[in-house]
Amino acid sequence: MTNTTDPAPGTPLLQVEDLRVEFRMRGSTVNAVNGLSYTLAEGETLAILGESGSGKSVSAQAVMGILDTPPAYVTGGAVRFRGTELLGLPEKKRRTYRGAHIAMIFQDALSALNPVHRVGDQIAEMLLVHRGMSRGDARKRAIELMERVRIPSAGSRANDYPHQFSGGMRQRVMIAMALALEPDVLIADEPTTALDVTVQAQIMKLLRDLQDEMAMGLILITHDLGVVADVADRIVVMYAGRVVEQAEVRELYARPAHPYTEGLLASVPRVDVRDRALTPIKGSPPNLAAIPSGCPFHPRCPRAREERCPDEVPALRDVTGTGHGSACHYAEEVLGG
Amino acid sequence: MADEILQVENLVKHFPLTQGIVFKRQVGQVKAVDGVSFGLRKGETLGLVGESGCGKSTLAKLLMALERPTSGSVRFEDQDVFALSRAELRRLRRRVQMVLQDPYTSLNPRMTVGDIVGEPFAIHGDPEGGRRRRVRELLEVVGLDPDHVNRYPHQFSGGQRQRIGIARALALRPDVIICDEPVSALDVSVQAQVMNLLADLQKEFGLSYVFIAHDLAVVRHISDRVAVMYLGKIVELGDEEQIYDHPTHPYTQALLSAVPVPDPTRQGTPIVLEGDVPSPTNPPSGCRFRTRCWKARDVCATDEPLLQVRAPGGAGDGEDGGTSGSPHPSACHFADEKIVRG
Ligand SMILES: Nc1ncnc2c1ncn2[C@@H]1O[C@H](COP(=O)(O)OP(=O)(O)O)[C@@H](O)[C@H]1O
Ligand code: SF4
Ligand SMILES: [Mg+2]
Repeated sequence: MTNTTDPAPGTPLLQVEDLRVEFRMRGSTVNAVNGLSYTLAEGETLAILGESGSGKSVSAQAVMGILDTPPAYVTGGAVRFRGTELLGLPEKKRRTYRGAHIAMIFQDALSALNPVHRVGDQIAEMLLVHRGMSRGDARKRAIELMERVRIPSAGSRANDYPHQFSGGMRQRVMIAMALALEPDVLIADEPTTALDVTVQAQIMKLLRDLQDEMAMGLILITHDLGVVADVADRIVVMYAGRVVEQAEVRELYARPAHPYTEGLLASVPRVDVRDRALTPIKGSPPNLAAIPSGCPFHPRCPRAREERCPDEVPALRDVTGTGHGSACHYAEEVLGG
Repeated sequence: MADEILQVENLVKHFPLTQGIVFKRQVGQVKAVDGVSFGLRKGETLGLVGESGCGKSTLAKLLMALERPTSGSVRFEDQDVFALSRAELRRLRRRVQMVLQDPYTSLNPRMTVGDIVGEPFAIHGDPEGGRRRRVRELLEVVGLDPDHVNRYPHQFSGGQRQRIGIARALALRPDVIICDEPVSALDVSVQAQVMNLLADLQKEFGLSYVFIAHDLAVVRHISDRVAVMYLGKIVELGDEEQIYDHPTHPYTQALLSAVPVPDPTRQGTPIVLEGDVPSPTNPPSGCRFRTRCWKARDVCATDEPLLQVRAPGGAGDGEDGGTSGSPHPSACHFADEKIVRG
């Protein structure tokens, strides 16, 4: 097995390759993730963008190893952390990566926190268990972490229960807990979706500051094209459990190379533009128990052509020679406008 | 004003806050809506924006006469809706309809789409030409397949369910539709479909909308005029361009600056507000925004700023006394234009 502290040079911090996850339900199989691949470099912010049901959360849970089997089955692919393949590891070994190397925060902090324990104790518990700290040291460190995520009067608030915090403050508590073991990768799944816009701005700023301070890789999962544009270095666009486009963030907004991305950009209203006509994508996101043949986007695609799109699955390929990937047969035409 | 179909004056709704399980005593009140006035013009869309808890949904219920106000009035075509008899109220309900956020919970899962859309006729009587025909027509108007009348809500996507809700709202040919977060639960591609549909229907049927949402971009897109709410009050009111391109209230400015735009080359610097919205049980004295406002001075704690057009050099001093080049009501002692997006 590879030594995690000393990977070969050039090894990505995190690499997901051809990941497949299905939910086996009574009478049907939901193909939630269908050959997802991406990499995350040290210190990078990668956005995973997609509409609901595109497989963003399930793939993140597969990377974390927190899916429940049954009903979820990881049926293929690899997840490598600094070169070490995690999917095949026995649970005991896998557990040593969770929290310590890869941590995750969620949209709903209430469900991630234990309602009957004081938040300070919950954070301290992580340190007790994983770092073998003494109770006193763990508590001191928990308060430091709460200060680090800018919770005012952290010392006294450590004694409060989750429900005593506002939505934004509770999100901070969850972030403090995720950072307790100083992970190398933080996966943030829609961390600000439930928050008001002014609170969202506070939390995004905090995440950015913390990422800089701690030199983490950040995977930001979101459906919000504005949040992505604001914080990401690179972006992966998901549709029906696969990557349909990936690019450096400015490149993607300036020159989308997939009709789905193009459609999203034309659908989104803007706060900074007057009288903008919206051109929606027709139809709705696909049913994952019956994903369309060929290009999964073809029933909604304004550029689809009978000769290839309904039958031939388009592979994700570099369409500019500079690492801009698109999974569309006619990506060159999309780039051409 | 003659061209206003709905007039809201000094509307107040306080909910009692009680403690104790057996013997309830009132320990305070939640000031959900606290002195709101505006008019809805015929054929326009008035957007109402603000963060959660600022009173938007309570206001919507008051406009529909589903809640009684603590004080103040709502007049529909010059009739006070809270003074109506039951029969008159029923007539009002034909003319003022509502579309809600959650198409998943606002539709009865055990009713067919045909029954859902036709339900208003069961209360108000069948339309000319018969119920069946009108239901099919309505489904077609909102872009659904009329042959799907016998399907159930779960057989439709989120966007289609919102169309069902809109068809039901249109059934009685209303004049006004109160939309409470109608596209918030939808994905962007579908959200755009529903916004375009609402705009088309407005044109076709001459509808007036009150459009409530927390998403500032959505509100800009759909609204002719916009009211910004904070803690139960309107803090700024103007046409869409005045609010978005010439905001004068610090809260509006902070809100606008906090929205990340879908363009990496045009990110502004957000005005990051400290802390959370104070409790509506005990709002700050004077200006309610003062505890989070970077411009607050002593007068803000003592004098409540009224929602009014402020003359240049008015209450403000020379330094920031100038107001907008596009004058409109703002409830700030130091109202002053600041371009945050442009
Ligand atoms: N526990 C589960 N059981 C069955 N299906 C599930 C479960 N969790 C997620 N799914 C399905 O997996 C698909 C992908 O979901 P998800 O990853 O949550 O999408 P996203 O995060 O992009 O909105 C969806 O069709 C969803 O309904
Ligand atoms: S492959 Fe065909 S259907 Fe798919 S996105 Fe490209 S043009 Fe559209
Ligand atoms: Mg999700």
